[in-house]
Amino acid sequence: MRDFDSCKDLFASGKMTRRDFMQRAMALGATTALASTMAGQVMAATPKKGGRLRLGIGHGSTTDTLDPATYENLYVQVMGGAAHNKLTEIGNTGDLVSELAESWEPTPDAIQWRFKLRKGVEFHSGKTLDADDVVASFNHHRGDDSKSAAKPIVDPIEDIKTDGKDTVVFTMKSGNADFPFIVSDYHLAILPSKDGKADATSGTGTGGYTIEKYEPGVRTALKRFPNYWKSGKAHFDEAEMLSIVDVAARTNALTTGEIDAMDRVDIKTAHLLARKPNVNIAETSGTAHYTFAMRTDTPPFDNNHVRLALKHAVDREALLKTILRGHGVVGNDHPIGRSNRFHADDLPQRSYDIDKAKFHLKKAGLSSLKVDLSAADAAFAGAVDAAVLFKEHAAKAGIDINVVREPNDGYWSNVWLKKPWCAVYWGGRPTEDWMFSTAYAAGAPWNDTFWEHERFNKLLIQARAELDEAKRRDMYTEMQRLVRDDGGVLVPMFNNYVMGLSTKVAHDTMGANWSLDGFRAIERWWFA
Amino acid sequence: MDQILKMVAQRLALGVVTLFVVSLIIFSAVQLLPGDLAEAILGQSATPETVAAFRRELKLDLPAHERYFNWLFGIIQGDLGRSLANQREITELIGGRLLNTLFLAALAAAIAVPLSLTLGILAALYRNSFYDRAVNVFTLSSISFPEFFVAYILILVFAVNLGMFPSISNISGNLEFWERVYRTILPALTLTLVVVAHMMRMTRAAIINLLASPYIEMANLKGIKRGRVITHHALPNALSPIINVIVLNLAYLVVGVVIVEVVFVYPGLGQLMVDSVSKRDIPVVQACSLIFAATYVLLNLTADILSILSNPRLLHPR
Amino acid sequence: MQEFFKLLRSSPWSARFGMAVIVFYVVIAVFAPVMTPYTETEIVGSEFEPWGEGFLFGTDNLGRDMLTRLVYGARNTIGIAFVTTCLAFFIGGIFGLIAATLGGWVDQALSRIVDVMMALPSLIFALLLLTILGTSIPILIIVIAFLDSTRVYRLARAVAMNVAVMDFVEVARLRGEGLSWIIGREVLPSCMPPLVAEFGLRFCFVFLFISALSFLGLGIQPPTADWGSMVRDNATLITYGDITPLLPAGAIALLTVGVNFVVDWFLHKTAGLRDEQ
Repeated sequence: MRDFDSCKDLFASGKMTRRDFMQRAMALGATTALASTMAGQVMAATPKKGGRLRLGIGHGSTTDTLDPATYENLYVQVMGGAAHNKLTEIGNTGDLVSELAESWEPTPDAIQWRFKLRKGVEFHSGKTLDADDVVASFNHHRGDDSKSAAKPIVDPIEDIKTDGKDTVVFTMKSGNADFPFIVSDYHLAILPSKDGKADATSGTGTGGYTIEKYEPGVRTALKRFPNYWKSGKAHFDEAEMLSIVDVAARTNALTTGEIDAMDRVDIKTAHLLARKPNVNIAETSGTAHYTFAMRTDTPPFDNNHVRLALKHAVDREALLKTILRGHGVVGNDHPIGRSNRFHADDLPQRSYDIDKAKFHLKKAGLSSLKVDLSAADAAFAGAVDAAVLFKEHAAKAGIDINVVREPNDGYWSNVWLKKPWCAVYWGGRPTEDWMFSTAYAAGAPWNDTFWEHERFNKLLIQARAELDEAKRRDMYTEMQRLVRDDGGVLVPMFNNYVMGLSTKVAHDTMGANWSLDGFRAIERWWFA
Repeated sequence: MDQILKMVAQRLALGVVTLFVVSLIIFSAVQLLPGDLAEAILGQSATPETVAAFRRELKLDLPAHERYFNWLFGIIQGDLGRSLANQREITELIGGRLLNTLFLAALAAAIAVPLSLTLGILAALYRNSFYDRAVNVFTLSSISFPEFFVAYILILVFAVNLGMFPSISNISGNLEFWERVYRTILPALTLTLVVVAHMMRMTRAAIINLLASPYIEMANLKGIKRGRVITHHALPNALSPIINVIVLNLAYLVVGVVIVEVVFVYPGLGQLMVDSVSKRDIPVVQACSLIFAATYVLLNLTADILSILSNPRLLHPR
Repeated sequence: MQEFFKLLRSSPWSARFGMAVIVFYVVIAVFAPVMTPYTETEIVGSEFEPWGEGFLFGTDNLGRDMLTRLVYGARNTIGIAFVTTCLAFFIGGIFGLIAATLGGWVDQALSRIVDVMMALPSLIFALLLLTILGTSIPILIIVIAFLDSTRVYRLARAVAMNVAVMDFVEVARLRGEGLSWIIGREVLPSCMPPLVAEFGLRFCFVFLFISALSFLGLGIQPPTADWGSMVRDNATLITYGDITPLLPAGAIALLTVGVNFVVDWFLHKTAGLRDEQ
């Protein structure tokens, strides 16, 4: 560790470039992600103000809107991260930190939550934040006429009331120990209210940057909000966001210096990009994962032995190596990431085992199996290739997978939740309960495996209201095992967020919950 | 001349009918696409309740024919309506982008048309020479590469290696003319490479086709120079098919450049239309396809008029 | 047969080169399974292996042999493009000639229908149709041929209109010849050169159209190898000076040049011009 420290000193004092530091650190045994994190930590010492950040983002559509309720892709999510605040925030190290709410506390049954608001926070319009704004902002997503993508996550709220100007009281339908995490969701931006209704169309928020000009699907001009309440954040004077959907165009723009940072590096060529002298590759490993969801209500997937046969018939290491080129970790057939609080570390890793696959096939009363697997690159980049590889792996166990390439267009409305077996992408959730109740609870709208397990669903409700950490850990561990051994989901891998940054850009430890520093790149980064 | 005017009037009237049919076809096609705006916008986060709320608010729950006629009445009154996705006025949404698209097409055409006519005439003049073969091989190779690949190669050479031009066309409203040309030059060059071969080869073929005609032989026998024979005797009669191909390519420059727009991040109509199709934003799709269709109808009419002017015999069909 | 050989002997080098290329491609396409070391979809190594021993052109992004994919690509790509182009010319050519020869309301009706078809932006209309109908190979062929045939129609009609007002066609009409006779014997031969020139180009445009569709996420279903998609899959490598994507692109280019050289020769022959002119 002595070597590490001396490297750090050289790096911090500017005698060593970031590139050299990364190379030395990695030569000394650190992984890319770790080295990158360390570089970030060292550089964190000296944030500098000023400059104009140009971000090239691989999403964005002319149909996008400023309304957080229908934030649909990374472009608007990052824009929202710059223009808005939430009650709480997942900090860059993954801990829950306070944002517009100064503090919060539950009743012992975790049914009622009191959030105390920060005083003197100002909207871009000059209006001062009060409790009515918070109520209106939440109601924007609730009710029968809600068009919000966040409706399912605010549905468990029974009632929201103000208590004076600075306190908001949430009453839940049932106890929820993780509620403060939920209010950090990017949809739940706090908007200014007018006559009890939230103003969701003007883009006004309390965030560090005001939206000066927005052309959907093309660019956004952002300017630092002079009265921003947070200190030590929002370092850039200005920021420009460009929507550059084609990955080659984005990469070229970064290497020619027309943008300072980009998301979604083409992992096939990431190692080549890293060799460019003016570019650093940054990656974070969070909760995002790929799945192959089998509908447990549809033959042949209604038979758990068929599901287990398929789970044993895929070579996860090969998928990780080929599809992600190592930028990720293998999955264990449940959706909880290693960075989650209650990840079941002791659960044995499922591996590629043709004999076991054959054994389960036999148990299911089958000598061979022919199934369709629907995939499209809209599910995740490389989904079709992953399916083709899976087909080759499974063939050795006597399973014939017919890969059906579905159109990208309309994938989520026509294939997902409809076809018996398809490729799916999940951004993941910061808490176990949130993830499980979104996609694994019986009757949940996004339960894409249509899995209904009595014990699992009982545990889910118990664990949600349980405030004792050790008991919760046991429950969540059991639930992960249940999903792994009985669920309809096959989780081959968790993917990293891989970003390309100009060497001019500096940052602290990057938030891993979402891409681009948890959508907060514009507020958290600075020019070295 | 009266006959031409009459034809123009007739064709314009037909053009309006064409636009109507196009709008009907596009509307039905988008209608047949699986899913609607609500599902497309909410994507993976859609739930039955939110989708239903979306449909109620945007009146997507009305029967298809009713929505079509509502839209049609709007159009007749000159109202293109609003985008379903973000409630913006479509005229405002399209205006700037239409200008961008036309600017790019004009720039590409200004390079491509004179270039391909010259190359084509020269190739006919010196057919089978080394020059002829070389031009052919070059233009054919350039169109054999997919557009996006041509674009990548141009970017690699001119933006990454030489640093002469920007790799993305960051166009915004208030750029002065030459700055705009500078930022648009790479997409325009890409399009030029894509369309030159077709026009050049048609010019060459049409001229060569006429060279065996008795009247050309006559001109040759009179001892007129070969260059003059081609430009003064062969070219005027070869114009009709050449004009046709040029017009087809001009239409392509306006209508078919989605991929070039994506690669160079050029904010044109094609990108808007593809985005709107994938989100099922029908009014925007309709407005774009009407513009594209009108472009085509007008260019087509121009081609026919020019053809007739170049071969008066066409004026008197049986 | 003898005449054919005589014709061959008189052909210029460019046409011979073109024919050699075509014959080479056809042989490869037909004997693909015999000529390749692996099967089309087999994963034989790790991904992106360099050129050299074992894998002549390295491996692709999934670890499949590049050479094998290229050879199979010849089979799929040429087959699909050829069938599509023939179909497009069959439909578009026949209707174009009929419209020009008959004139009157037949011409009007056909031309208006084609006007509407052409007024639809083709790439986006193809996107719509393929999303609705699915992207199996027969549907891909029919959709592209259908869209392409309108272009062929327009050209065929334009060229044939010039021919149809010529005196020898008038004479044939006055003689009372039937429609098929006039089209087949009088109009078509005079229209052939521009149509053949167009065939050469249209044939190549089909590859490009398929490749453009794959850029937008449609196109040929994997794991079938086709050159257009292979260019797309490996296109980003060119940014780093890796020439792998040039292989499938070059394969398309070589064929395009070859086909068009032969077409040029044909054009030259039918125009009745001697080489030394």
